Amino acid sequence: MGQIRILNPGLMTTVQDLGRYGFQQYGVSVSGAMDQFSARLANILVGNDEHEGILEVTIMGPKIEFLNSEVIAITGGDLQPLINNKPINMNQSILVNSGDCLSFKGLKRGCRSYIAFAGGIDVPIIMGSKSTFLRAKLGGYEGRSLNPGDLIQICKSSSSLSDLEGRKVEKGFYDYSNTVELRVVLGPQDDCFTKEGLETFFKSEYTVTNNCDRMGYTLDGEKIQHKDGADIISDGISMGAIQVPSKGTPIIMMADRQTTGGYTKIANVITVDLPKVAQAKPGDKIVFKKSTLEESHLLINKLEDKITDIKKHINTPKNVEVLNTRSFFLKVNGNPYNVKVEEINS
Amino acid sequence: MYEETKYLVSGDKALNMEFGNSITDEINSRIRAVTVAIEMQNIKGIVELVPTYRSLMIHYDPNIISFSKLVDTLIKLEKNLSNIKLPAPEVIEIPTIYGGDYGPDIENVALHNKITKEEVIKIHTSSEYLIYMLGFTPGFPYLGGMNKKIATPRLQAPRTKIPGGSVGIAGEQTGIYPIDSPGGWQLIGRTPLLLFEPQRENPILLKAGNYISFKSIGEEEYKKIIESVKNGTYKYITHPKKDWGDDNGTN
Repeated sequence: MGQIRILNPGLMTTVQDLGRYGFQQYGVSVSGAMDQFSARLANILVGNDEHEGILEVTIMGPKIEFLNSEVIAITGGDLQPLINNKPINMNQSILVNSGDCLSFKGLKRGCRSYIAFAGGIDVPIIMGSKSTFLRAKLGGYEGRSLNPGDLIQICKSSSSLSDLEGRKVEKGFYDYSNTVELRVVLGPQDDCFTKEGLETFFKSEYTVTNNCDRMGYTLDGEKIQHKDGADIISDGISMGAIQVPSKGTPIIMMADRQTTGGYTKIANVITVDLPKVAQAKPGDKIVFKKSTLEESHLLINKLEDKITDIKKHINTPKNVEVLNTRSFFLKVNGNPYNVKVEEINS
Repeated sequence: MYEETKYLVSGDKALNMEFGNSITDEINSRIRAVTVAIEMQNIKGIVELVPTYRSLMIHYDPNIISFSKLVDTLIKLEKNLSNIKLPAPEVIEIPTIYGGDYGPDIENVALHNKITKEEVIKIHTSSEYLIYMLGFTPGFPYLGGMNKKIATPRLQAPRTKIPGGSVGIAGEQTGIYPIDSPGGWQLIGRTPLLLFEPQRENPILLKAGNYISFKSIGEEEYKKIIESVKNGTYKYITHPKKDWGDDNGTN
């Protein structure tokens, strides 16, 4: 068991994992990492389960002292991480020693970084998750964002730290630009908008306002016209739902979104583009592009394949060589499967 | 209620079954029936269900079940609903201490409706309230069925902190604050029960589709219940909803 000390928490640093599911019907928000891809990648790099708790860091990074040796990995937005004031690589597992200090030079690209620790963060699992839900003071580290002086326990990794060092991915998968194109699927209340309103939505460029946090991103720009008012009888809200209240400008609902709401939702950002929202910051531009359910599901599949490949690449011991890969199409009890088989040297 | 349920796309991981465009007991019992039926069937790929006033949001994993297969399954399930025997909804009793520091606005409610404080309590404790949905904060119930004789507008200036357990009235609605939060409801009492307790086996006390009733208690009992809730010995008082089944949404 190791320990880290928060010397300075930065703008907002919280413990998150992939979210708290099963309680939305009771009004408990899902929470979890805003950029789920980066959180998963950070955990994979340090040999953790993808669902393990990580630190989510926002715009201004924290200053953290290590009281023991640890292996860490930093992914997501580039806040220029430093160990003992020397730059370190992102998207790579790094061995740090007792007494070392992690800090961040400043925001270069994106908005949120993720720090994973080999072994994971030792906070209680509350209602199935380590995620912090700030509004309800639930989960994470005492239900709040980190403060100076906080001591956080790090679990012992099942692998030796030296085995976990130097694992890396060759490139990031998202470019964090200042103009973000978000693909969306229409609905569930797209029929509440005029033809002109829908045209405005797809043709305009919106700006991320200062009013953007883990709950949602309020955008500024051309007003989207409703047919007959912006209020509906409250219904469920999914991650990435785009609400348009009577003011006419969109709000993208994110990890700490309320479970239900009474504004019309014109469309929903597709899952694979949600990390782009998480990495957008005030002043960034957003344009919306129409996608379909078929396309978005295909893209989810592709992303999952990519993550499987990354895991395989990282976890394959260096002396195993893949000689040949073949794909088979199988049907078992009428259900179709694509099966990939690899021939390796023995 | 719509003649045909709408299956609305809500992003690539959720679909919304919309049953109508109004708040009625009929729609709610239909939602409860579908919710219970889905839970009983244990359909692979469904992540969780969020029932609301007039719809049911179904979060699903598209890697396990496709949208079209999910919709087909749900349409079939709706057709077979009349063959599924549903348990009657539960009515849970909420012991409540009325007036005084626990319900500082009970005089407002009495005054506004030109009745006595005792009549407010009598009216408030004589209904069974349908839990339409939970939301806003963890465990907050949106209740239906309050008698209009105690309806009272919200406070002009909301309070910055209302203690968890407070029972209030806002317009024609009554409700309970599960945790400390700001709000503008007229506070008439407080329950010693915890509607939200993350460490409990069932962290949230109430469930959409069930009912609650209020029971007036004195200060001594209030304090006793607080203790028994704290040490886990409190016995929740529930009974199956009476006269249920004529209109259970399954026909």
